[in-house]
Amino acid sequence: MQTLTQRLANPTRFMDLSGRLLPWVAATGAVWIAYAMYLVFFVAPPDYQQGETVKIMYIHVPAAWLAMMAYALIAISSFGLLVFRHPLADVSAKAAAPIGAAFTLAALITGSLWGKPMWGTYWVWDARLTSVLLLFFLYLGLIALRSSIEDETLAGKLTAVLALVGVAILPVIKFSVEWWNTLHQSSTAFTSTVDPSMRTPLLISAVGFSLLFFALHMKAMRNEILRRRVKALTLSEVERSERLSASAVAE
Amino acid sequence: MDPVPHTAFIIAAYVAMAVVLAGLIAWLLFDGWRQARALEALEARGVKRRSAKDGAS
Repeated sequence: MQTLTQRLANPTRFMDLSGRLLPWVAATGAVWIAYAMYLVFFVAPPDYQQGETVKIMYIHVPAAWLAMMAYALIAISSFGLLVFRHPLADVSAKAAAPIGAAFTLAALITGSLWGKPMWGTYWVWDARLTSVLLLFFLYLGLIALRSSIEDETLAGKLTAVLALVGVAILPVIKFSVEWWNTLHQSSTAFTSTVDPSMRTPLLISAVGFSLLFFALHMKAMRNEILRRRVKALTLSEVERSERLSASAVAE
Repeated sequence: MDPVPHTAFIIAAYVAMAVVLAGLIAWLLFDGWRQARALEALEARGVKRRSAKDGAS
């Protein structure tokens, strides 16, 4: 009896399932984001201290959250590759890196644009901001390391090791605002500190962007599977033509 | 006078988010299209995967 992960480990089965799921996940994410934007711009009140600038929170917090979640996904996938040799784990890790980098970049830019009117500066080298910048460089490092090694299997393994070593950045980012005295506010607790009139649009925005993230990850995984098929078929075509030329020379 | 304080920062943040995500989506769609065309070209030359030769998906 195969488990769910064993059944999904087949790339052809994954392509079939993801091909059916992808439009629905993407469309649902788009609807949630659109509804969140309606709430943000037409319903949610201004903050009593920050005024309308608090609207940046509705995109900054989901971006920062997904920046970390993408790295957690890479770490889990890397573990799956190194320990269980799951055929799709490396595909998942490779696909998540540029998406995580994009969300980290978005979190850095939106945070900077939020910081200037609130703190009086775009950037400060405090623990939270610096650790998120390091996360961005870590993503770039994973992408660069993988693309610098031609052997796909070796590249996957070395990138997985780096990803697992780098996972230490996640608790540093999470607890940086508690461990050190930072300019950045403490973590947004969805259940207690945010007023419901702002919490609801924030939660809907977070769900919408998360669905978008999963749709993008699924699409990137599909692209990677196709790329590997193209590579394998190109190699087999080259080998076939070499065999033909060798047999022609022999005759 | 700015009717809402810091409007430019709010707009810039949303535009930046939209540009980053639009760029990511466009790159993924283009990459998928490019790989699909490359696979079609190979199959048109008679280079097929074993599962495709066997008639499976």
